[in-house]
Amino acid sequence: MPDPASPAPADPGRERPGRPVTPPAGADGAGAGARVPGWSAPIPGYALPPGLATAVGTAADPRPVDERLLSVMTGFARTLRAAGVAADRERTQNLIQALAELDVARPMDVYWAGRFTLCSGPDDLPRYDRCFAAYFNGERAAPGRSRTVVTVTRHLVSLDEDDEAGEESDGEATPMTASRIEVLRHRDVARMTDAERDEVHRMLALLEPERRQRVSRRFAPAHRGRLDNRRTIRETLRRGGETARLRYRTHRTRPRRVVLLIDVSGSMSPYADTLLRFAHALVRREPRATEVFTVGTRLTRVTGELRHRDPGTAMREVSAAIPDWSGGTRLGDELKEFLAAGSGARGAIVVIASDGWERGDPSQLGRQMARLSRLAARVVWVNPHKGSAGYQPLTGGMQAALPHIDDFVAGHSLAAFEELAVLLSARLPGPRRTASR
Amino acid sequence: MFDIESPEMLVKVLEKHAYLADDGLATACFLALRMGRPLFLEGEAGVGKTELAKTIATVLDAPLIRLQCYEGLDAAQALYDWDFPRQLLHLKAAEAAGIHDAARLEGELYDRRYLIARPLLRAVETQPSVLLVDEVDRADDEFEAFLLEVLSDFQISIPELGTIRAERPPVVVITSNRTREVHDALKRRCLYHWLEHPSFEREVAILRKRLPECSETLAAQVARAAGRLREADLVKPPGIAETIDWTDALLTLGARDLDPGLAAATLGAVLKYREDQEAVLKNGLLNHA
Repeated sequence: MPDPASPAPADPGRERPGRPVTPPAGADGAGAGARVPGWSAPIPGYALPPGLATAVGTAADPRPVDERLLSVMTGFARTLRAAGVAADRERTQNLIQALAELDVARPMDVYWAGRFTLCSGPDDLPRYDRCFAAYFNGERAAPGRSRTVVTVTRHLVSLDEDDEAGEESDGEATPMTASRIEVLRHRDVARMTDAERDEVHRMLALLEPERRQRVSRRFAPAHRGRLDNRRTIRETLRRGGETARLRYRTHRTRPRRVVLLIDVSGSMSPYADTLLRFAHALVRREPRATEVFTVGTRLTRVTGELRHRDPGTAMREVSAAIPDWSGGTRLGDELKEFLAAGSGARGAIVVIASDGWERGDPSQLGRQMARLSRLAARVVWVNPHKGSAGYQPLTGGMQAALPHIDDFVAGHSLAAFEELAVLLSARLPGPRRTASR
Repeated sequence: MFDIESPEMLVKVLEKHAYLADDGLATACFLALRMGRPLFLEGEAGVGKTELAKTIATVLDAPLIRLQCYEGLDAAQALYDWDFPRQLLHLKAAEAAGIHDAARLEGELYDRRYLIARPLLRAVETQPSVLLVDEVDRADDEFEAFLLEVLSDFQISIPELGTIRAERPPVVVITSNRTREVHDALKRRCLYHWLEHPSFEREVAILRKRLPECSETLAAQVARAAGRLREADLVKPPGIAETIDWTDALLTLGARDLDPGLAAATLGAVLKYREDQEAVLKNGLLNHA
């Protein structure tokens, strides 16, 4: 790791997904709008260890890979990993291979080769640029293993009870009686004590939400359905041209994708933790068919963080990943960003968990919700306040969104979450879009 | 193998074929050719991902083999399929001729001539060739698994026939519009490049290159308008493909410069959403062209 004081790796930061940025400062080409770095535009302070420029041969004059180059590039890859780019060993080898074809002495060659081989998505690009600038700016890691100290600010209530206090207290904790759980089940999580909320979270961790299926284009052998020409003819061939038995096939089913957008703004903070734990249960059950984003002042994809099996670890990672805890909500703009990124609302069940306190323009939210409802298979809105008696969806955001929602549900208690799980499961809820349309 | 010595040289060669690549893209292509690695291109729709594969094919004078991905794409459509009706015919003919030697019949049935080569097999068999796996994000994740298998060692095993191996791996270009996260294992095999919208100067140059009858003034006006459209709050900002179409439409109508009336009349060539067209006309984005 580079010096902990170096800005890039210590503060990996989070950029908006789907938004690539320009190459590092100084690498930019001429003029406004020219966002492509020039060949030989210098990167300030770019310096390779002396003698390294000649260490790698060209294709015409191949040379064995220099040990120092290897250690410099592995160090670079380690810096990237610390910043959240999945630059693994195989990728680093690819980089070394690529460098053999290019000129190591030229910063831009190294820049591009690293970008092509070590990055795997637009989210990686800003981090890559920052790390590249920092790493080749003289703040290079000493070759050798060292550990980063990552400071994680905790924003969630009762986060570390899970693994620290959790283990100790587990033995002493009196087991919850069924009737006590029944009482908790319908209580609003915002009005619970930390211990009660922990209990609800433990119950959420046990949840195995089934997923509604969709018909795939692929076929599987079946006893009835359409005639399977291929297998029938194969069977016929095997029997020397005698059609003995007809084979059938039918469409396979696959889990329908669920996309969760969880509002983590200030007004939602009593519920954000529980909502994220529910999201964790969904991701754990169907890791390939679930996407989770948090919204607030910016859109953050947290699916990767939630893939940890242990809820405590997953929540800690998510907590560190979200840059905008307890801010305001600009749901309309973020929804637009989400839709523009093509992040797969198409054909999915989209669940938005928010109280609809929109800071931005409600008409923008309305427009984006209209688009969303045309793309998604189903739009579910979870509003924790809906659970309280006498709630009326009067906020501007809620008013704008309502016409485009299929299911408007509460998300304030364990029971409400269980109902939501049923909604996402195979059992079909009522007719689509009853609100209006 | 290729007489392209450096990325700069590749820029020139591509330019000769009317494709203006920037340095990053040229380096990526250069490495893909030299390392025999697939090139994984992501970016907004219409930034020239597919066009690049076509141009590389022309440059190398190799056939372009295209595999358009869609949900439910499977091995029978991507790799190979047996021509069952013809096999059956062969069997009947053999029966009529009184041939009953089972081993011989089987050998004849699973002959190469009854094998229908789909794009992936065709790319492995054809040398040299350029394989374009277009919009891989549309295929489902099972498909990625076997795509990865083929791209790892460019060989295809057919149980009845044996293994078919490419002596020289085809040049592979994979494109994605990022509607879905493509599996990491596949990306790791590839050189990843994110394509941006072109800069103003480049866009003007591309328009002039593609449409030689287009004047410098018109190209500059269109590129400036396109830049403004991309910054506006639109559902689908236009890519370079749309700007070329738009300019072509304007030229067809005999436009010398981009006046608001003609621009509005040809707006359908550049904006494909009704909301976008309305927003642009309402905000007068075309007026100060």
